[in-house]
Amino acid sequence: MKTATHHREPLVHIVKRTDISTKKAVLIRAIAVIVSLLFSALLVFVLKGINPIQFFTALFEGAFGTSRRIWILLQKTAVLLCISLAVTPAFKMRFWNTGAEGQVLVGGLATCACMYYLGGALPLPLLYLLMIVSSIVAGIIWAVIPAIFKAKWNTNETLFTLMMNYVATFLVSFFINTWVTSGSGTLAPMSQYGLPRILNNWLLNIIIVAVLTVAVYIYLRFSKQGYEISVVGESENTARYIGINVKKVIIRTLIVSGALCGVAGLILVGGTNHTIATDTVGGQGFTAIMVSWLGKFNPLFMVLTSFLVIFLEVGANQISNAFKMNSSISDIITAVILFFIIGCEFFINYKIMFRKAAKEDK
Amino acid sequence: MKKLLSLILAAVMMFGCVSVLSSCDSDDGVFKVGFIFLHDETSTYDKNFIDAALEATEKLGLDESQVIFKKEIPEGAACYDEAVDLVDQGCDVIFADSFGHEEWMIKAAKEFPDVEFCHATGVKAHTEKLPNYHNAFASIYEGRYLAGIAAGMKLNEMITSGDITAEEAVMGYVGAFPYAEVISGYSSFYLGAKSVCPSVTMLVDFTGSWYSPEGEANTANALIDKGAVLISQHADSMGAPGVCETRNVPNVFYNGTTISTCPNTYLIASRINWAPFFEYMITSTQNETDMPYDWFGSLNTDSVKVVDMNTAVAAEGTKEAIDTAMAELKAGTRHVFDTNNFTVGGEKVTTYLADVDDAGDYVGETEVIENGVFYESKHRSAPYFDLPIDGITRLDK
Repeated sequence: MKTATHHREPLVHIVKRTDISTKKAVLIRAIAVIVSLLFSALLVFVLKGINPIQFFTALFEGAFGTSRRIWILLQKTAVLLCISLAVTPAFKMRFWNTGAEGQVLVGGLATCACMYYLGGALPLPLLYLLMIVSSIVAGIIWAVIPAIFKAKWNTNETLFTLMMNYVATFLVSFFINTWVTSGSGTLAPMSQYGLPRILNNWLLNIIIVAVLTVAVYIYLRFSKQGYEISVVGESENTARYIGINVKKVIIRTLIVSGALCGVAGLILVGGTNHTIATDTVGGQGFTAIMVSWLGKFNPLFMVLTSFLVIFLEVGANQISNAFKMNSSISDIITAVILFFIIGCEFFINYKIMFRKAAKEDK
Repeated sequence: MKKLLSLILAAVMMFGCVSVLSSCDSDDGVFKVGFIFLHDETSTYDKNFIDAALEATEKLGLDESQVIFKKEIPEGAACYDEAVDLVDQGCDVIFADSFGHEEWMIKAAKEFPDVEFCHATGVKAHTEKLPNYHNAFASIYEGRYLAGIAAGMKLNEMITSGDITAEEAVMGYVGAFPYAEVISGYSSFYLGAKSVCPSVTMLVDFTGSWYSPEGEANTANALIDKGAVLISQHADSMGAPGVCETRNVPNVFYNGTTISTCPNTYLIASRINWAPFFEYMITSTQNETDMPYDWFGSLNTDSVKVVDMNTAVAAEGTKEAIDTAMAELKAGTRHVFDTNNFTVGGEKVTTYLADVDDAGDYVGETEVIENGVFYESKHRSAPYFDLPIDGITRLDK
């Protein structure tokens, strides 16, 4: 009698993958992108009767339609990438910094304050120097406050950094109200004090971020401090055991994170906007978290992921403009595509096994 | 090697795609108009512009490819990027709808002198003096004055029926910010009511935001608690009308109608009709006729409308009273800011320097009173009336 343990095998079951080749992983991701695009095209066709060829034309035209659009695409990618680079060291250390939004905003505010109070009073090179220093210092202050609390009293950094965002937003409101007394509540751009142009409005930002990308890559991959970040991220106890001062690493890493956010604020305000508003960062502090995760905390992969996110954003906007649809459609398309891309990680980490049709006797 | 080859192939394909796309240059000589909106249709402010743009372009027979909309464009460098993108797409005239877009439109106008740039509510065209940059606004103070007449008639009805005494005829006004555009609006609304109900007074308070459902509701509640028996507002949410419906207090709306959501208290609304300006802007560009720095919409250009009177709420004779006043305003025999009809600190005003040229100094430089009339929207299209007239109490002071 062998009735005791006869379990029917389910139709499908899931197995954790342990070794997936890079080639296969890349293939799965590529398929996800393609399927998601096809699905969005289908969605827009069903909802609005727009044929897929028009859909894809609009998507690519939005991003690459004119040389100016290409520049703006690259520039926006650069800014998002810069913020993503900033959050990466903290995330790698498992310090959940959700305050990049605020850290960039105060960096921008510091730049803007320099332009407002000192523009015209100081020679331009000195002004630039002050803008750079003050934005970095402001970003550091905003990041290091929660880091000190975390290191000293183990406060929850997710909430702390998130709350700091609101403080930053109101700080910007406060200064706008102080600087602008007329009706609009918008500060006129001070373009004469903007950072110097290279070729056009955008190239300087792109160059700065390209340099930072390489620098962060080297810092995380090859420096001793980068190694310490990885160890603290893997296990604080291990880190302590091998003699790493965890508190010091937390604070030091957040200084790096805050400084990079400050630079993002600098290029946003000093490089392109030449003014500030409460929505200058526009949620990119949060998008950056996704970019960083999708890029597996690798600055070189993040170049691709930030490009993808921005490409989707401008392409989807073009779709809503070109077909005179409500702007929600661009949010829907972006959401569908990101859903697929994030969802495909499941197929990279797990394998689906189907029940074999004919079972072999054992 | 295979990897490298496929990478190169991908790059080549990408480049090919880009160059094909960017080579379809869109300026093919066809007339095109571009619109930049701060939000989309979900904002009453932008919906008013979007509807007018659709109406005007349809009436002029422009087909879909000739009209390009850009929605959700913030008041920042993005406005400039979108404006020049519209230039790249071959637009001959470009319009933006929000005050904070102005600096960026001017920047684009300087860079592209062959393209016309028009901007609603702005104040800088007459001082920038660019031949291709224009401000536009309409005499909405006339619309608010007429809506004020409907409010005054309603107060009279309440007095006659014994609901309130003449002294209790207090109106409440929920403003966004204490700036000229809002002050001009509530002053004209008050003067309209006063023209039919001499004992009326008004309380005004500000929310500090153009869109704050909660703030507007709280302010409306506070005003009613302080004795206001009728409410109007200059802010973009449904906060105040909602409170009015709950507390059964008549409400005068702006830029739309709430007749369906507030059937028992909605009285009347005034709004700016942008279609006449859009038609003017498009035909002027097509015919290459010069546009002035400032375009002044009025009752006569059909740019100001007093619409959707709720007969269930309005007092008897309201329509007739409004029609008479409107005819006189159109003919120029009646003026909203006639100095015989209001005082400041108990005195008649004979001279006033308004801050028409926005140099950032907030110092008035232009004499705006002629022949006993404060001429609003004469020296520039955006409002500049900001006198603290008697009968209106500002609660923020």
